[in-house]
Amino acid sequence: MKIFTHVIVMATLSCFLTLSNKVSANTDLAADPVKLFSPEKEAKLIELLKKAGKAERDPTLFYLLFDQLEFSSQQQNPLSWDSTAWIGRDSHKIYFKTEGESVSGETDSENQLLYSHAIFPFWDVQAGATFDQSTEGKDQNWATVGVQGLAPYFFDTSIYLLLNNNNAGVSFDGEFDFLFSQRLILTPQIKVNYYSQDQPEYGIGSGLSSSELGVRLRYEINRKLAPYFGVKWQKSYGATADLLKQANTKSSDVSVVAGVRFWF
Amino acid sequence: MKKISTQHVSRRQFVRGIALTSVSAAVASYLPSSFAAEQMKKMLENSNPDVPILQGKQFEIVITEEMVNITGTPTKATLYNKSIAGPTLVWQEGDTVTIKVTNKLSVSSSLHWHGIILPFTMDGVPGFSYEGIAPGESYTYQFKVQQHGTYWYHSHSAYQEQTGLYGAIVILPKEKEALEYDKDFVVQLSDWSDVDPETVYSNLKKSPDYYNYVRRTVGDFSNEVSEKGLAKAWNGRKMWNKMRMSNRDLSDVSGATYTFLMNGLAPNAHWRALVNKGEKVRLRFINSSAMTFFDIRIPGLKMTVVAADGNLVQPIDVDEFRIGVAETYDVIVEADTDKQPYAIFAQAIDRSGFALGSLTNNTAILASAPALDSVPNLTMVDMGMDMKGMDMKGMDMKGMDMEGMDMKSMDMKGMDMKSMDMKSMDMKGMDMKGMDMGGMDMKGMDMGGMNMGNQDGFAPIDYNPQLPQMEVPRKRGYQTTMRASNPQYRLADPGAGLRNNGRKVLTYADLKNIYSTKSLPKPKRELVLHLTGNMERYMWSIDGIPFDEAPPLRFIYGERVRITFINDTMMNHPMHLHGLWSELETGDENHLPKKHTVVVQPGSKISFRVTMDAMGDWPFHCHMLYHMMGMFRRVQVRMA
Repeated sequence: MKIFTHVIVMATLSCFLTLSNKVSANTDLAADPVKLFSPEKEAKLIELLKKAGKAERDPTLFYLLFDQLEFSSQQQNPLSWDSTAWIGRDSHKIYFKTEGESVSGETDSENQLLYSHAIFPFWDVQAGATFDQSTEGKDQNWATVGVQGLAPYFFDTSIYLLLNNNNAGVSFDGEFDFLFSQRLILTPQIKVNYYSQDQPEYGIGSGLSSSELGVRLRYEINRKLAPYFGVKWQKSYGATADLLKQANTKSSDVSVVAGVRFWF
Repeated sequence: MKKISTQHVSRRQFVRGIALTSVSAAVASYLPSSFAAEQMKKMLENSNPDVPILQGKQFEIVITEEMVNITGTPTKATLYNKSIAGPTLVWQEGDTVTIKVTNKLSVSSSLHWHGIILPFTMDGVPGFSYEGIAPGESYTYQFKVQQHGTYWYHSHSAYQEQTGLYGAIVILPKEKEALEYDKDFVVQLSDWSDVDPETVYSNLKKSPDYYNYVRRTVGDFSNEVSEKGLAKAWNGRKMWNKMRMSNRDLSDVSGATYTFLMNGLAPNAHWRALVNKGEKVRLRFINSSAMTFFDIRIPGLKMTVVAADGNLVQPIDVDEFRIGVAETYDVIVEADTDKQPYAIFAQAIDRSGFALGSLTNNTAILASAPALDSVPNLTMVDMGMDMKGMDMKGMDMKGMDMEGMDMKSMDMKGMDMKSMDMKSMDMKGMDMKGMDMGGMDMKGMDMGGMNMGNQDGFAPIDYNPQLPQMEVPRKRGYQTTMRASNPQYRLADPGAGLRNNGRKVLTYADLKNIYSTKSLPKPKRELVLHLTGNMERYMWSIDGIPFDEAPPLRFIYGERVRITFINDTMMNHPMHLHGLWSELETGDENHLPKKHTVVVQPGSKISFRVTMDAMGDWPFHCHMLYHMMGMFRRVQVRMA
């Protein structure tokens, strides 16, 4: 019923348009719009209303952020990255997230394809799949659900539950910006992984598996481009650390990083 | 056409100022009455030489795309008659004016007469009064001018205001106003960006603090620590941080991309008004910005405010006033320009820049800009928590009845207020009935000295909570971050950055209609609308519902309605109702000032009355360009 009234009103407006375009203006025209109500041209007017030269409130946008793209001081200076891309609108977005490390031709990465839905003022709920890939063939896929958003005290946070036939895991990522100036920004970051099962063939031990603590100082040349340097401390725990020890790999490593953060 | 130019501004001074590729010579018939001629003589003799003044009854305006150079980088602009600002239109009250507007852009455009009372078919808003003006097409507006004063016009299509489509309107009165002045100037303020508006909007969507270069820093905090000690400084920050709100969220778009213009001129091009000693000057301030509120003052001079939004008010002397987007204020000043030139200084609300001009007796002698004020901090008052000047140490709230106040949605659970001192707190008029502060730790508070009586002059005299309320749909969800728990009428509050600055600052409480409004009928219904948003997602709405999802607001022709806005955000929202006057409840029932744009301060509420005396469909919206798509309603005035 409401829509019907609306349509009638629109049709009235349309009559005015036609008339006023021809006779330029007639002040009496608007004196009693009721008389001019007519259901004609409704479709055209609704269409017109939608366009109407208005700016789009909720346009489909594309976003690509390389939060980290950096070389580290570790042996052979591995290149690592942490990147997020999305396409979508306010309430619905498709996310692609990737982070990983590449050193002398060998690449390990964790890639996520997620549908993201805005539910709470500061939080999106996300669901999709995670693809762990490595040149050594330790590929593993996970069904994934999680939340991403801004926690109180301005913590950028994401937490995901990973699930497949063999294992279940939780991954957490949190970071915070300290502004030393409007352009010089220090960002501590913490990443933690937890698994329920041992998967020696994937280098995964049950329990708290690994963490990465990073502190990066960036200078925003502009909002979209910021070179940085920092340190990161990667550490493995428990069964995972044991597995690394067997493979003669350090279970704890501090390195210096330098890179660039950019988005568009 | 009457194009008034001046030789005083040399081209050299336009370097990095505005340089238009061409200046048009549009023609309007010019047959002023003798009285109008007398008024015209006072007018605009030293306005920007590139902004033509058109007077008469017939006008032709052409919309074109031009290259302008405001920042040093030639950039595309959309312009009325190839000038920025567009030509100043001078009308005579009582005349029927005819304006033919031709769109030579490749996209649809429009021209809306801001604040003008006219048939809605002439209002010029695509989707409301017409389809807009298609590329290559013309639209002829014709209406009778029924008012006088300072107004303006602008495009209502896409983001075209941002790219230069605005101009001033001066309507000369039928009968002489009781104002004494010798010279008359339009002072039109605007904000220019070389970045195209779609990019500005997508930057805000992706990174809402993209243009905010006054965010809080570690240094701000350490200063507070050394001033107040760690515990107090931390407590001061705690609530903001918990709520994920910034007390430096003053302007969404700032001087980081904007150059602020006065009559189309950047500060380095310096607009100048030639004024001799002893001359009284009327300055018609118009804020045609897309997103910028300005705080205006002329250091060394008192300004007498004589009109607001085109309508005369009882003269009031001030040192400074804040002008919201789309508002207009007329002031009269008298400057001893033999002594010195005087700066017309309009600083952006976030202090990220300023527009500048001079009152001078020699256009080669210019005033220099005073220093920008320090960047203001928003307070809990701006969050809708009326806690003026509050120091919460040792607070005792035992005797207070706070049941039912809705603070749940503000995420204040666990707020630590131990060690607050509210003794000197002034909570007059605060309504805390129904407050829910469950989980708040207020042990040890002492509010013994608090004054919570009703505050005279703040709450409108005639406030009648018994008025039947119009029912409107409301939504709460991810699009809404905050709710003002205790919004106050803050008519006498000059706003963040102007409080207690040692200057007399104009507030809405000072605005009194020069005419009596005693005989106006009382409103029969009330419409309460919440202005809502989510700064993190850069979403804006009314009652949580954006324009495209909201039903129209329906009114009966001739009825008088009270409209109350509650601002559930930390931004100022200048709410503009087309075609109908908003009569502001300032406390003086007999002199309600008439406005077309009402600024709703952060976390506050404000009420005004509207007589629905114009049939048709009228836009009702926030005039912040990047808020407007969501914070918008269709008002329909119909026969019962």
